[in-house]
Amino acid sequence: MEKVIVGNHAVAYGAMLSRVQLVAAYPISPQTTIIEELSELCASGQMKSEYIKVESEHSAMACCIGAASVGVRTFTATSAQGLALMHEELHWAAGARLPIVMVDVNRAMSPPWNMWCDQTDSLSQRDTGWLQFYCESNQEALDTIIQAYKISEEILLPSMVMLDGFILSHTYELVDIPNQETVDRFLPRFQAKYKLDIEDPHSFGGAFLPEIYFEQRYKMQGAMEEGKKVAKRVDEEFNEVFGRKYGIVEDYRCEEADLILVTSGTIASTTREVIDAYRSQGENVGMLKIKMFRPFPADEVEKVLSQAKKVAVIDRNISYGQGGIFAQEIKSALFGKGLDTSIFCYVTGLGGRDVTPEIIQDIIEYTKENDRPLKEINWMGLNK
Amino acid sequence: MKMEIPKEEYLYSGTIACPGCGGTLAMRYALQTLGKKTVVVIPACCWTNIAGFFPSTSLKVPILHTAFETAAIAAVGVKKGLDILGQKDVSVLAWAGDGGTFDIGIQAISGAAERNDDIIYICYDNEAYMNTGIQRSSATPWGSWTSTTPFDQPKDKPKKNIIEIMAAHRIPYSATASIAYPEDLKRKILKAKSTKGMKFVHILTPCPPGWRCPSELAVKLARLAVQTKIFPLYEVENGKKYTINLIPERKVSVKEYMKLQGRFRHLKEEQINMIQRNVEMEWRNLLRKTKSIS
Repeated sequence: MEKVIVGNHAVAYGAMLSRVQLVAAYPISPQTTIIEELSELCASGQMKSEYIKVESEHSAMACCIGAASVGVRTFTATSAQGLALMHEELHWAAGARLPIVMVDVNRAMSPPWNMWCDQTDSLSQRDTGWLQFYCESNQEALDTIIQAYKISEEILLPSMVMLDGFILSHTYELVDIPNQETVDRFLPRFQAKYKLDIEDPHSFGGAFLPEIYFEQRYKMQGAMEEGKKVAKRVDEEFNEVFGRKYGIVEDYRCEEADLILVTSGTIASTTREVIDAYRSQGENVGMLKIKMFRPFPADEVEKVLSQAKKVAVIDRNISYGQGGIFAQEIKSALFGKGLDTSIFCYVTGLGGRDVTPEIIQDIIEYTKENDRPLKEINWMGLNK
Repeated sequence: MKMEIPKEEYLYSGTIACPGCGGTLAMRYALQTLGKKTVVVIPACCWTNIAGFFPSTSLKVPILHTAFETAAIAAVGVKKGLDILGQKDVSVLAWAGDGGTFDIGIQAISGAAERNDDIIYICYDNEAYMNTGIQRSSATPWGSWTSTTPFDQPKDKPKKNIIEIMAAHRIPYSATASIAYPEDLKRKILKAKSTKGMKFVHILTPCPPGWRCPSELAVKLARLAVQTKIFPLYEVENGKKYTINLIPERKVSVKEYMKLQGRFRHLKEEQINMIQRNVEMEWRNLLRKTKSIS
């Protein structure tokens, strides 16, 4: 069924179609309309799920951890400060190997108070052991939630699905809402292999001494690496059933490109338009959209970027004292590969500042003009 | 009337608990009463260790270890999850120390209490952060030494009244209990098990290393705490109906209790007299609550 809906409602449909059994929710802008819609879907009986209105985001994640530990499919959503408050529990969910799926509607961190889009909130959580997916459209958000459960439940690590605050969360787009039977065939009920069971009692999360803790962490890294393969396979399977695929990265018009722009989220849509304009003038520019940030698709990134002389990374986020976070990862992925690629780092759009086609053009022109980046960070769209 | 004590044990022998640990005895009694159909949720506290290091466990029922401030809400998640799976007859026991209850965990407890979620929350109260080495908590009594309230500057705030906080939430059942009165303790846990909604039981569990006393005095001190009326045994139903479960037959001064513990050894006569007066005032307040209701 096709419907024109906002991104947050697409998320709610994604959770409902995934037959989430327990939602633990706490409001924060711009995520709130997800949990409002879920409460409507539960109240009307369309969605059969326990819905717990918890007292904080920290508790939302703790509640999901409790329920997932008995083998129930759980969901929550948050943004910015809420995600930061959850930080301890993000480590807990991943360390406990629980396949929780959460949506983070990207919002800038405060202070100063700001509720508009940037990715610093979720990227600050990159070391917690969660898979991270950045979405470009409402359709992609809905589809990615369904995929994320399938991936997470196979590798036993949690997934975080991101969409841009307001730019997607509150923007109407045409979305194809799959029917329940088809989703059920694609995503069967969660059968937990390890769970709290009074007939087979075990202790979960108890202390590991240094003699074994290290190995547990080694296994988590192994599961993350496996996650890359599983995500690719699940995306193919999704395509067979639903006729849509996204890839863990997507290269757009990169054939014989001298310059490749790298970005994520809705900036990718704007960049597509600009790339098309440049291509129509015979200029060889392309784009690499990174959908999966954790595990980082280093091989796929290298494969696409190794053909270009110059790479321009557009980050709507920052790690203070270093720079754009995608840029760091890309430099790291290409290092030691014998490439002579110049990597330009652009930070833009923090706190919801519009990233316009003009900014993307400026990025392309600046990158074309210089053989090497003159600065660690180029701030684009900064008021003079 | 003597109560039938269930024989089945759910605590293995040979835990790493300190000798005389009141918190271990409390768990033993609680699980004897709750039985096999129980899941225990344990946040950071002494019991994180007593429960055993992987691959060992000291309990015969499933355990979920959780972060410090999450015992109540993680237990709610477990309970709701079991309900979803049709296992509605399983009791979920959140088992936390005083730090995890009075201090860092109180937000989640208040949330679960307000929603009247169907869990049993037991706070085993040893009156300080014992697992990290005897630091003061808001459950530490006035005048007590701890490693963060040294003898020259002992705790200068009274103990938080956690039962009043729970009663103010109007939860179906809250009670105090003592390891020195196991029949009363077990009756209360049975009552908690058979009551729907949020249940809160506050057990005073002496800690010989933290209280600076010989390990064989743990049960005696728990008994003296009740007899001196420092820790009265009472219960509150629906936040309104107060019942005192034991009215001490003879008067025992707080000094009898305090003199056995190194954590109070610096207190002067007039300070102990002040504590005595305060205990009597609190007891009268409690009596008033029972009378005004009945």
